[in-house]
Amino acid sequence: MPNVRPQPAHAPAHPLRWGEPFPEAAHETLANGQMRRNLAHATRTIRDKRLRVTAELPDWEALRDAGAAIKHQVMSELPALLVELERNVTARGGHVHWARDAEEANRIVTDLVRAKGADEVVKVKSMATQEIGLNEHLEAEGITATETDLAELIVQLAGDMPSHVLVPAIHRNREEIREIFAGRMADAPAGLTGEPRELAMAARAHLRAKFLTAKVAISGANLAVAETGTVAVFESEGNGRMCLTLPETLVTVMGIEKLVPTFRDVEVFAQLLPRSSTGERMNPYTTLWTGVTPGDGPQEFHLVLLDNGRTKALADEVGRQALHCIRCSACMNVCPVYEHTGGHAYGSVYPGPIGAILTPQLLGTGTKGSLPHHDATASLPFASSLCGACYEACPVKIDIPTALVHLRGRMVEAEQRRPLPTGWATAMRSAAAVMTSGSRFAVAARAAGLGRVAARGERIGRLPGPLAGWTSVRDVPAPPRQSFRQWWSQHESEER
Amino acid sequence: MRIALFATCIAETMFPQAPVATVRLLERLGHEVLFPPGQACCGQMHTNTGYLDQAVPVVRNHVAAFAPVLDGEWDAIVAPSGSCVGSVRHQQAMVADRVGDRGLARDAAAVAEHTYELSELLVDVLGLTDVGAHFPHRVTYHPTCHSLRMVHVGDRPLRLLRAVDGIDLVDLPEAESCCGFGGTFALKNAETSAAMVGEKVRNVISTGAEVLTAGDYSCLMNMGGRLSRHGTGVTVAHLAEILASTREAPWEPAFLPRSAQAVKP
Amino acid sequence: MEAREAILARVHDALARSQQGPAPEVVRAYRASSDVAPGSPEALELLTDRLVDYRARVHTADEAGLPQVLAGLLAAAGSVVVPPGLPWTGLLESLDVEVLGDTPPLGNTELDRAGAVVTAARVAIAETGTIVLDGQPDQGRRALSLVPDHHVCVLRRDQVVATVPEAVAVLGRHPERPQTWIAGPSATSDIELVRVEGVHGPRTLDVVILG
Repeated sequence: MPNVRPQPAHAPAHPLRWGEPFPEAAHETLANGQMRRNLAHATRTIRDKRLRVTAELPDWEALRDAGAAIKHQVMSELPALLVELERNVTARGGHVHWARDAEEANRIVTDLVRAKGADEVVKVKSMATQEIGLNEHLEAEGITATETDLAELIVQLAGDMPSHVLVPAIHRNREEIREIFAGRMADAPAGLTGEPRELAMAARAHLRAKFLTAKVAISGANLAVAETGTVAVFESEGNGRMCLTLPETLVTVMGIEKLVPTFRDVEVFAQLLPRSSTGERMNPYTTLWTGVTPGDGPQEFHLVLLDNGRTKALADEVGRQALHCIRCSACMNVCPVYEHTGGHAYGSVYPGPIGAILTPQLLGTGTKGSLPHHDATASLPFASSLCGACYEACPVKIDIPTALVHLRGRMVEAEQRRPLPTGWATAMRSAAAVMTSGSRFAVAARAAGLGRVAARGERIGRLPGPLAGWTSVRDVPAPPRQSFRQWWSQHESEER
Repeated sequence: MRIALFATCIAETMFPQAPVATVRLLERLGHEVLFPPGQACCGQMHTNTGYLDQAVPVVRNHVAAFAPVLDGEWDAIVAPSGSCVGSVRHQQAMVADRVGDRGLARDAAAVAEHTYELSELLVDVLGLTDVGAHFPHRVTYHPTCHSLRMVHVGDRPLRLLRAVDGIDLVDLPEAESCCGFGGTFALKNAETSAAMVGEKVRNVISTGAEVLTAGDYSCLMNMGGRLSRHGTGVTVAHLAEILASTREAPWEPAFLPRSAQAVKP
Repeated sequence: MEAREAILARVHDALARSQQGPAPEVVRAYRASSDVAPGSPEALELLTDRLVDYRARVHTADEAGLPQVLAGLLAAAGSVVVPPGLPWTGLLESLDVEVLGDTPPLGNTELDRAGAVVTAARVAIAETGTIVLDGQPDQGRRALSLVPDHHVCVLRRDQVVATVPEAVAVLGRHPERPQTWIAGPSATSDIELVRVEGVHGPRTLDVVILG
């Protein structure tokens, strides 16, 4: 496969923190023209679909409000709801496990797979298991995990990291996918073309036997209902149904925040999620199951409740709303930064606007001690122009711009715990001194006008230092000859 | 009406033509404009860069400069910037609350209630869409993100522009996508910002407009800088400049477009 | 129970630091139902439109016409799986198709070899083009409507409601039953956002509306 190299090129060190700080990582991804074309096409398509189907519902805003309020309620009653969920899953024959972190969750899952004597598992696409690096852990333990979602399969075969929450292979086009299948899928048909239908059918054939014979399946969960113990997975291809229905044992890994209190709440999220996510009125398949049903589906069910930093996020009064996220990915489809840089620039399995507020919180970046230099996740809250498109698109109204600004404050505070001030800190301090007084500001504004002697004509070309990035592609207008205040005093005296 | 002008720090220093045009326009419409001299900045730059503590005294200065509106000194405050009005409405109280200064938060919120972005003042408060302007140029309008999503100016600027005599107003493709400015974002993530403004400018050029307008000079500086560097012949003007322009006192561009020929590769 | 107690303690501690008073009450101002009555011609029309939009095939029949419709749909199937409580098993046995009962349960490979499956449903949602199965004897266990490549679902018209909340109200009477919500045949848009119907689930979905 000469043309298909893993993206990113280096194997990630940690699923939530794998690369360079955002500006450096974006430098790499911005140079990948193919990826940018793939992304621009994909995000535009899905964005338009979402707008069409959300406009169709007269009560879309009321649904968003209800979704936001339910999530808020879940967070404030989380201890009781978790215990209620555990009780109801157990009462229906399921087993509930608790995992403080990735390592504990991986160990629990590995032990469960081993106990069934299996060395192979099939997997439903799941962000929670991405986040804990479960596949890599299982592999190290001699267990083969096969991703069964088409995009996840592409990512797994290519040795990539996902670059989107919903469409993890969004950075690849059909020709690249054809090469990946032809080169890495042992039973790929000869003469495979890049036609999406042909590629999908190759995946169907490849996975069919695995589905019919797998003993253990691993999934995530889109939501779980505390009052009934019901768990739900929303999907499109039927690979989810295969995993959730055919094997004898099912292990579901779920973040502790994915709860809803009542069964009735399903009516809200079953409307918000598909329309925000794939831009469909309803995703092709949704499975809901409650513990174990004799004679139908897996007869052994394990639910692993995962913290892995969620309680750190919950402790932050502004940032905790990141836990309201239902992983629809609408924010990345509307984000102009994401559209240009792609998901890999975020260096986390959670890319885009939600990733920029979730990743640093799960890791507790900047919460204590001073910030290490070049901390990749500390750069994430700054990876936004604060345009607000994400907030507008979010089905549960997470105020991502406000959370970004709040987390920027946290990063700056942590940075200031270092012994030496940064250039930014010094600049901001002197700017504050000027901007806290009209008279000092007037002096500064006049001085800016004097600076125009350095400029040729009405604009300034390339500049060194911190403005180099700006002036490499743009001119800067020369400061005006007369500041506004100078004009105003003249104007005022003319009026009199 | 007696209207206090919040000129905004960036316009005061770099783009006085926007507050000047705001003054001329409102005076032409028969209103009295005042300039509270204690003003400097709303605090947005510090807030959005993460220096929230340093933003507190900046906010305090702003609130003190405009507090007389609470005593009925002026009928309203106007700013030729959606972004700064957005910060006044949505950030100042938050910044004060964060350090536990409830009094400042309350005052900031009260001042914010009297603060309007220019198109809001004209359409909602003064009840105007036709302000008697004359602007015989082909123009395209970029709704800046904060005007659109923080202040929700909606189609007010477009209604005002459509009523301008002689204007040839053309739609901007993908108008609602960000131009890539984002304050210090353009410096901290310069390459990403450059990619964003590149795409925005391609859309602007595709309209064949001579003038690109918006309600924020910060975004116009970004897009205008790129347009100028590439010698596109498109220049920028604030919405206030277009609305202030008349047959008798026509618009004088602050920036002459750098012609394509003048640029050496 | 060590991890359990530790996580619950962390949650309590986090809330003590971040909770700003009680959460606002959940206001459900969204539509609990619509002007379109269950089973009305408008509901059927809407359901049909939505299902067809997602490449399902929709047919209508009365009791007398059902055999002919099913005969047409299953003409090329060869064999058809039936759940244990399907009301139309007798009818299917009169057709030119091998009928496979699921008692005792068929193996996965046997299911995979079957040409089609016929099931009933619990409820259908017109606005979203969704049918919902809840595993009762007329629908069978979940694997039946999953593994055979052709799913024929027979709905009674009074099962068609307009909105998601109306369907959830029906399903909420027995939330513990395993549910499968189906909106069109299996599909993926993972390659360049091009929709391809039929990946792992049945590639053909026929919905017959009865009555």
